[in-house]
Amino acid sequence: MRTSPVERVASYLVLTVMALGLVTPLLGLVLAAFHPPGAHVAGLSWPERFSWGNLATAWQEGHFASLMGSSLIVCAIVVPLTVLLATLAGYGLGAMRTPGRTGLGLVFLLGLTLPIEVVIVPLYHDLRQLHLTDSLITLSLVEAAAFLPFGVYWMRRVFAGLPTELVEQAVLDGASPWQRLRWIQWPLARPAVATLAVLYFMWAWNQFLLVVTIVSDPNRRTAPAGLGFFVAPHSTDLPLLSAASLIVIGPIVAVYLIFQRQFVAGLLAGASR
Amino acid sequence: MSVRGAARVRSAARAGRTARPVAGGRRQWSGLWFVAPALLLYGGLILYPAGRTVNLSLWRWDGVNQATWRGWANYVDVLTDPILRGSILHAGVLVIFFSLVPVGLGLVWAALLTRRRIKGLAVFRLVFFLPQILPLVAVGVVWRWALSPQGLVNQVLGWFGLDQGRAWLGEWDYALIAIGLIGAWVQSGLCMMLFMAGCGRIDRDLYEAARLDGAGPVREFWSVTRPGLRSEIGLALTVTVISALASFDIVFVTTNGSPGHRTDVPGLLVYQRLMAGDLGHAAALAVVLSGLVLVAALAAGRLAQGREDR
Repeated sequence: MRTSPVERVASYLVLTVMALGLVTPLLGLVLAAFHPPGAHVAGLSWPERFSWGNLATAWQEGHFASLMGSSLIVCAIVVPLTVLLATLAGYGLGAMRTPGRTGLGLVFLLGLTLPIEVVIVPLYHDLRQLHLTDSLITLSLVEAAAFLPFGVYWMRRVFAGLPTELVEQAVLDGASPWQRLRWIQWPLARPAVATLAVLYFMWAWNQFLLVVTIVSDPNRRTAPAGLGFFVAPHSTDLPLLSAASLIVIGPIVAVYLIFQRQFVAGLLAGASR
Repeated sequence: MSVRGAARVRSAARAGRTARPVAGGRRQWSGLWFVAPALLLYGGLILYPAGRTVNLSLWRWDGVNQATWRGWANYVDVLTDPILRGSILHAGVLVIFFSLVPVGLGLVWAALLTRRRIKGLAVFRLVFFLPQILPLVAVGVVWRWALSPQGLVNQVLGWFGLDQGRAWLGEWDYALIAIGLIGAWVQSGLCMMLFMAGCGRIDRDLYEAARLDGAGPVREFWSVTRPGLRSEIGLALTVTVISALASFDIVFVTTNGSPGHRTDVPGLLVYQRLMAGDLGHAAALAVVLSGLVLVAALAAGRLAQGREDR
């Protein structure tokens, strides 16, 4: 379509202004992290010399060795578990004539609208009674349960949308539902599964409220939860606080850069936090 | 869970309709084995606790001693106590900033951009989605600094001679709005990208036709772009409204409710009351919050549905 030069320039101007608005505060954080410890950082300012030591100090004082370990454990449990269970349930609801699948679908649909806040009160209390708090396994299971409704719907839609010809042929050949999933539908669904896995990693990494409710020992929490409680006592030391933030966002930004396509696909499908 | 989740309500409902009958007409009871593991975990750790919350909301209980029956009294408190009710009103204010502002801006910008292909869109997209993937706790740290007296916001205002050294997050009149602007920052890129992707799916011939009919940009937006984006607008509203109502992380890190309860939000009070041993009010507020989220999700879902029915 023909467009006037004015429109063309306006387009890029709008995009650039907005991109700058989004990037500048983050750039400010990065720069602040390399100012001398305890320095007063006024606005966006380039450090005279880069104090790389802030990262090491933040790592030590924030107990990030332990926090990052917790984060990795939680992600290592949550991602495979949720992907597996969501795939199975999505298959049962989207590709099989399971009795009651409409009602079951609605039950999962309800879960899409429940905010985390509605489960933390009994979880905090009941899990304490059962001595199940302060366990990363408990935390991982609860996160998995909270993330499942989205995955079930995601996979149900994927399986329901796959071409039926291959499946019908397999049925004629006498393949069981499990064999059809394993050899036909699963390979076809792999790209969508990859997107789901990436989203689950992001949610597991970023989760905050469930972590601080279920894990009361501050040093056993995940990295973002640790950061949340690192803020108040270090609020006057901006470089240290910024360095701690960089440690926490580093892994998720790295994953984002590697799996851009999956993130974009998922976020455009409405898979926000 | 709510935010990302409810976003799918609409397309999920659609999936249910289009699901094709597979493998003949007989019911497959074995399908239940495939669903059971997910249902058990989700039922046991989400649905059951949610039901427990409803029950707890009817009692006065500190979690240790004997609970006393209160009936609806906790709900009456949620709607009349200035602090509890205030948190709900604040959530309503945040909806304006987290949702209406990004959706409005996104529409205007997308409208400006629909008329041509954008080169280098991938790079812009990478930037626009960045606030979406960062932990909100870290976003809170960024804006604690940016909104501080020596922060970026005052620096930029200073270029226009407007810097008064305000601590935006510490002032009675500005703190909640400041938090709202953080939310707008988080959600704007997403809304814009959603609408641009939606515009890409609108038939180009419609734009050609509008041009031939002599439609200007405004007329074109109203008659072609807006109806074409109906489902994307519904999706954006769902995601962002829920992020406003159920917000916790950003508020916890930036103000924690201060100054003087001016930035209390329901999520924060549920957490604080829970930690303070006031389980009844925490539960009642959580139930009210869930009701609001459900209503918002259904409303946005209806809005999105319109296009498919036509």
